[in-house]
Amino acid sequence: MSRLDTEHQVETIIGLEVHVQLRTQTKLFCRCSTEFGAPPNTQTCPVCLGLPGALPVINEHAIELAIRTGLALNCEIPPLTKWDRKQYFYPDLPKGYQISQFDLPICADGFLEITDPADDTHTRRIPLVRAHLEEDAGKSMHDEAAGISDTRIDLNRCGTPLLEIVTQPAMRSAAEARAFLSELKLLLTHLGVSDCEMQEGSLRVDANVNLHIEADGKEIATPIVEIKNMNSFRAVERAIEYEVRRQYIDWEDTGETIEDRAKQTRGWDDAAEATFAQREKEESADYRYFPDPDLLPVRLPRERIEAAQATLGELPAATRQRLQSQYDIKAYDADVIVNQGPAMIAYFETTAETAGDGRRASAWMQQDVMRSLKESDWEIGTFPIPAIDLGRLLRKVDAGELDNARARDVFQYMLENDTDAEGAIEALGIVAVDAGEIEALCRELLEANPKVVEQVRGGKEQAIGALIGQAKKKNPNANPQQVKETCLRMIREG
Amino acid sequence: MSLSGADVRKLALLARLELSDAEVAVLGPQLARILDFVEQLSELDTEEVEPMTTALDVVNRWAPDKLHRSLTVDEALAAAPRRDESCFLVPPVLGPAH
Repeated sequence: MSRLDTEHQVETIIGLEVHVQLRTQTKLFCRCSTEFGAPPNTQTCPVCLGLPGALPVINEHAIELAIRTGLALNCEIPPLTKWDRKQYFYPDLPKGYQISQFDLPICADGFLEITDPADDTHTRRIPLVRAHLEEDAGKSMHDEAAGISDTRIDLNRCGTPLLEIVTQPAMRSAAEARAFLSELKLLLTHLGVSDCEMQEGSLRVDANVNLHIEADGKEIATPIVEIKNMNSFRAVERAIEYEVRRQYIDWEDTGETIEDRAKQTRGWDDAAEATFAQREKEESADYRYFPDPDLLPVRLPRERIEAAQATLGELPAATRQRLQSQYDIKAYDADVIVNQGPAMIAYFETTAETAGDGRRASAWMQQDVMRSLKESDWEIGTFPIPAIDLGRLLRKVDAGELDNARARDVFQYMLENDTDAEGAIEALGIVAVDAGEIEALCRELLEANPKVVEQVRGGKEQAIGALIGQAKKKNPNANPQQVKETCLRMIREG
Repeated sequence: MSLSGADVRKLALLARLELSDAEVAVLGPQLARILDFVEQLSELDTEEVEPMTTALDVVNRWAPDKLHRSLTVDEALAAAPRRDESCFLVPPVLGPAH
């Protein structure tokens, strides 16, 4: 539910179309390289240039990656899939049509489960309509300054394999759309089927948005808008939020509903933080899809699908469940770890196993490790403290050899110096303080602070806190919990 | 089947053809005759017939994901009506079309 300043009940309806570039070496229908960033027009051939007489040949690996993705997205992989031509004219589409899939896509139905951004103990299942293979177009470079000079065309990207994943209009907030995209990216990078780099165009998102407004006892739908040109997940979120407000105001002003207006396309301008009208979307029939006579259908026998299924391994959703039960950690914490990717999961598991305490390991991951990564802009793969060393440090905390505060000092020392927990403990002069020393320290503090003793006797136990800081100053190795308990016991015993 | 002038103009727009009124008048009936010819197929009863995706009796013609040599820039741009050192040049395009 979007937060609009209105007495009307407003529901936001969002569907996403996500294009992901599959991680092949070569293009979908020719064997030119798909590598990003090459000089213009150095990765083309007669097929991707659309020269007369050139014939496309399917890249088998693209089929394999699409199957793996489909299976991970809980899709059905029908036994037969075929290719269709989608016709439109644009200078970066040299054939005058894009080879895509119309009525028999490689992946049908499916769903992706996401953590509900409004309630992290709740899971939302976002159903998918389909996922189909298609070739990418080239790149047009407009001279933005002049606006009148020629447009330059680079056809390197032409024919790059894309999987277009289409959701049902099942998301109800911008935050949910963003959560879907984050989960999708996590899954696809985990599978290794795509790099999902929005900056390099290997993941592109279009969002279909409209509102259902309750007014005068009726539910009114606003015209559907497809938002394009969003270059980050953050931009997707902001564009949808903007569009929700814009559509509501537009409906108040004009009263226009879905009956009055066909789907429109609007582009997101990140700098202006607004969407702008683009040309009216052509109706689907205008693309004049028909089966591509240059390509044969693809038949995928059951055995092949099952073999692909067997190679998927543990997917992020299953890892979250396993971490929760195996290490006794909360759903939220498992989520944070898994969302950081395989290296973070491995780091956590080694730390937890060495420490013998999953919860403590998780708490340290969430706070100390991730904070340090963020502050120093490190990756977990190159984090200076090996997981096994952190695990050993935490084992000491568990055993009561160190309190959390001292352990943090050790952690910091390990970060800054190439040493393990033992080395850091020794270098910091941390020694275990025996009970006798603590008693002596407490007696001294109680004698020096009769007022605190009075307060505690009067029932104000928390007054003892004042002594903990003093104890820490006198002996940094003194365990605060032990100091507190000893002081209270001594006061009770008079 | 008859085609209105508006139908013909819409098809022309999609095909990026500029037609004069005279041409629309000539092409309309021609297109209608072509459609009528194809329309004869609808006389057949296809109720029990599985849709066919290809007339050929082969499937799964694909190639491994192995890099082949691409054209050089000059080869790629050889047929371009206009070019600069590395790109095809086309008249300025305003806004994205798809």
